[in-house]
Amino acid sequence: MSESLKIQVERRDGLAVIYTEGYINNQGGEEIARAANELILDGHKVLLLNLQGTKIVNSIGISILIEIIEKMLEIDGKLAFCCLTPTIEKTFHIMGLAQYAGIYGDEAVAVDEMRGGGAEGGAAEDSAAKA
Amino acid sequence: MATDAVLREVKLTLPLDANMEIAASKTAMAMAEMMSMGTDRIDEVRMAVVEACINAIEYSRAEDGKVHLTFEVLGADATDPRVLRITVRDSGVGFAPEGVEEPRIEQKLTSENKRGWGLKIIRGLMDDVEIESGAGGTSIVMTKARADDGPGSDAGVAGEG
Repeated sequence: MSESLKIQVERRDGLAVIYTEGYINNQGGEEIARAANELILDGHKVLLLNLQGTKIVNSIGISILIEIIEKMLEIDGKLAFCCLTPTIEKTFHIMGLAQYAGIYGDEAVAVDEMRGGGAEGGAAEDSAAKA
Repeated sequence: MATDAVLREVKLTLPLDANMEIAASKTAMAMAEMMSMGTDRIDEVRMAVVEACINAIEYSRAEDGKVHLTFEVLGADATDPRVLRITVRDSGVGFAPEGVEEPRIEQKLTSENKRGWGLKIIRGLMDDVEIESGAGGTSIVMTKARADDGPGSDAGVAGEG
C-alpha cells in the first residue's frame, strides 16, 4: 500500500502553488515544508497549497503545516489552502487553522484573492469552501 | 429506547508501526460503506481512526507492540444498521485523559511542540467518544451514526460506550 506524498510546485508571478497528491503524514508534511522553505528562500511570500489530490491527512502532518504557517507569519507572508475535502476542511476548522490561513474551495478564487490582498493575515473566508 | 444489537463485527490487530493506521482506516471505510454511510461521514470516521491509531503508535509503548481494533455495526436488525462503533485499544502505559491540555492554535503557533491534536480531532469528527486509560493501557471507543439525522442519529448504543 503506497500512500507516500507526491508534490508539484508551480511558480507564478508573485505566487507559488504547491500541489499535493497522497497522504499528508509526517513524511508528507516534511516534503511540503521542504518545498515551502525553498520557495521562501527564493523570495516567495505568497504560497497556496492545493490539496485536491489529498484525501487523508493526519495530525502529525498538519502540525508540520502549522510550522509553515508560523514561518509565513514571521516573514509577513500569506499562506492559503484550496480544494480541500470536506473532512480535511472541517479538521482545519476544528484546529483553528482557518484563523491564520485562508481556505478556498477553488484555486482560481484563491489566486485572485491572494493577489488582490483578500487573504490578508490568512484569515480569509470563502463561501465556496463551505458549499 | 430499544437497545441496539451488534449486527456485524470485525476485529483487527496491527503492529505499532508507522502507516499501519491506513490499514485501520480502510477497514473502517469498508464497514461504513457496508452500512451505507455517506461519503463525508465515512471520511470523518477514517480520519478519527487514523488519529486513534497514531495515538497508540506514538505514545502507548505497549509491550506486545500491537494495537487492537474492533469495528461493530449496531442496529435494531440487519435491515437497519444505525451506528458504527470502533474501539481502539492498546496495552501500553496509559495516560490521564483529563490531564491532557486542550491544544490551542494561538499557543501552538509559537510553541516548539506543535503536536497533541489527536484527541481534539477525534472528538470533533465523531458523534461520541469515550476514553479509558490507566496502567493497563488505553481504550478509545467512538461512535458515528449512519446518518446525520433520521433513524441513526438517535440510536441507542448498547454497552458502556
